[in-house]
Amino acid sequence: MNGALFSFRRFWAVVVKEFMQLRRDRMTFAMIVAIPLVQTMLFGYAINNDPKHLPTAVVCSDGSPLARSLEASLINSGYFDVAGRMSEAEAARAFKEGRILFSVSIPSDFGRRVLRGERPEVLVEADGTDPTAASGALAALAGIAARAQARDFQGPLAHLAPRPAPYSFAVHRRYNPEGLTRYNIVPGLMGLILTLMTVMMTALAVTRERERGTMENLLASPLTPLEIMAGKILPYVAIGHIQMGIVLAAALFLFRIPFAGDPLVFYASSAVFMAANLTVGVTVSSIARNQLQALQMTIFYFLPNLMLSGFMFPFAGMPDWAQAIGCVLPLTHFNRIVRGVLLKGSGWPELWPELWPIALFAGIVLVLAVASFRRTLD
Amino acid sequence: MDACAHVIDVHGLTKRFGRRTVVDGVSLAVRRGEIYGFLGPNGSGKTTSIRLMCGLLTPDSGRGTCLGFDIMKESAEIKRRVGYMTQKFSFWEDLTVRENLDFTARVFGLPRRRQAVEEAIEGLGLQTRAGQLAGSLSGGWKQRLALAACMLHKPELLLLDEPTAGVDPAARRDFWEELHRLAAKGISVLVSTHYMDEAERCHKLAYIAYGKLLASGTAREIVEGQGLATMAVQGSGLQELHARLLRDARVEQAVMFGSSLHASARDAKALGEAVRGALSSGQTCTPAQTGLEDVFIFMMNASRDSFGVRP
Ligand SMILES: Nc1ncnc2c1ncn2[C@@H]1O[C@H](COP(=O)(O)OP(=O)(O)O)[C@@H](O)[C@H]1O
Ligand SMILES: [Mg+2]
Repeated sequence: MNGALFSFRRFWAVVVKEFMQLRRDRMTFAMIVAIPLVQTMLFGYAINNDPKHLPTAVVCSDGSPLARSLEASLINSGYFDVAGRMSEAEAARAFKEGRILFSVSIPSDFGRRVLRGERPEVLVEADGTDPTAASGALAALAGIAARAQARDFQGPLAHLAPRPAPYSFAVHRRYNPEGLTRYNIVPGLMGLILTLMTVMMTALAVTRERERGTMENLLASPLTPLEIMAGKILPYVAIGHIQMGIVLAAALFLFRIPFAGDPLVFYASSAVFMAANLTVGVTVSSIARNQLQALQMTIFYFLPNLMLSGFMFPFAGMPDWAQAIGCVLPLTHFNRIVRGVLLKGSGWPELWPELWPIALFAGIVLVLAVASFRRTLD
Repeated sequence: MDACAHVIDVHGLTKRFGRRTVVDGVSLAVRRGEIYGFLGPNGSGKTTSIRLMCGLLTPDSGRGTCLGFDIMKESAEIKRRVGYMTQKFSFWEDLTVRENLDFTARVFGLPRRRQAVEEAIEGLGLQTRAGQLAGSLSGGWKQRLALAACMLHKPELLLLDEPTAGVDPAARRDFWEELHRLAAKGISVLVSTHYMDEAERCHKLAYIAYGKLLASGTAREIVEGQGLATMAVQGSGLQELHARLLRDARVEQAVMFGSSLHASARDAKALGEAVRGALSSGQTCTPAQTGLEDVFIFMMNASRDSFGVRP
């Protein structure tokens, strides 16, 4: 029993010690509460951007040249990347899975009605969960219609031209009908704050022991590396949940964000996400020699999360290489999960493709963390 | 059984950090109930050697046992049975005295933990300070706490790394009395120190410089082993005499000790002639007992010359 690789009693000793130290560390305690609150308030206000090449589905049963011309103008505007023609049901599914941000529904007798001067309506549906992504593209629609008039109505059709645009767009936002930026920002903040806090706090908790010379005491005791690590991590899992609760409460009660999905799905996903961040924190703490290095490495990890996870800039608007990096980061997937659960009411089938990359990340980094933990003082 | 007679028995321990050899072929044997002093200048490898012995560092070569357990393979067993007091205070300054002891008791899985902690607090006279944060204790009290904590699980062997550095003389004296009480109970102690008076209180000594063990044995064996004769000079103008003696090849070592000058050499006759010939008026010289300090300085200089390293 004594020789075991993991003894609950010894592990628990570390947990109790960590909590005692945390209780005395007023500064850290204040940070645990203040950072999520302050961040939520600050970021609750919009950050704007004008992303292009947004994945779009065209739902169309009209084969007329005018319909094809409309599709071409959408592409030429630079805002829309047409993923292909879909049926209405396919488009709805693609929306829910986050594969498209727009669908453009061209009515079946579009060409004929334009020629008759009936000014048919083209329905544009937009994924409103990320309003910054959609707003630029939506603004471009009016211009597309106006230019179509100048280009398509020459020669024999010119008599139709001087009138108002030959067709109009009806815009419908899914999930976030008012296009509220905070619907995007506030859920995104949850993962961002968790990333920063869990990585930083675990990294500091271990390097602090190294820096103060108390690590030698731990290593000279019967504690095994696993007990030390696990004992130091558990308190921060608890703290992570507290912080999640704070941001969630602010989101629901202050910013009136809906909670459309299943809380269980939400909770389970955040647990996996937190585990991924903790493994990063542990790896950092194993490599860093002191607290300053740990802090620098935390920021080094945090910056791409901030920039490339789709929090600050819409993911679809980023260049390929940036998207590739973003796909590796747990936060990218977690952001989609949070938005999915809160705003879209998504469940396991839609979210599973976002969850397994986080779990895979956690598994790989865990191996790295265990490998790099220094058992001795060498 | 031989393995039982020796609580520490290591051979040829070598440790390199990068290209630097910090501990170079150190062999050491400590008997049960012995207070073994470990001496050497700063950076000579004392701390590293102690860490090697309790499994905190892995030696690059060498082998040995600590309490009969292999230092390479059975460090978990060693850690459970050894009380290691680090050179730098390594308890948690943001925990109270009692919390520090309680944590240690939990980690070692002591039965009747609370009772053991209270006994330790009482035994070391820490009652009035039990609720005080360890960081607010003075050097002497920190050292008492550290000793109490590493004694908590009743170890058979104590490894104490410069336990009295920065501690006032009265506290040091108390500390050494405690060590002798423990040794009388059969607990073995390996203690590193800089103080000569502490060295004199050890049963056995080892002297290490530049990672090499230069001598070991009782204080007397070490002094006699070098075969040094010493003359002590008293009087005025000793600084000038010091400089003069250093230039004399017959005098191998000249060191100022407060108001007297010690000159040493292996050839007693030549030394006597050299010192007497160099004396000026108002200076008297007498043959003196060669002390541990003379010998340690001699060994350190000799090793520096032969290894071509600078201090
Ligand atoms: N972890 C380490 N990495 C690199 N060098 C070290 C390390 N630990 C000690 N040293 C070096 O080894 C030498 C011996 O150190 P140490 O064993 O602490 O000596 P002592 O305790 O006798 O003062 C010193 O020069 C020190 O700088
Ligand atoms: Mg040392």
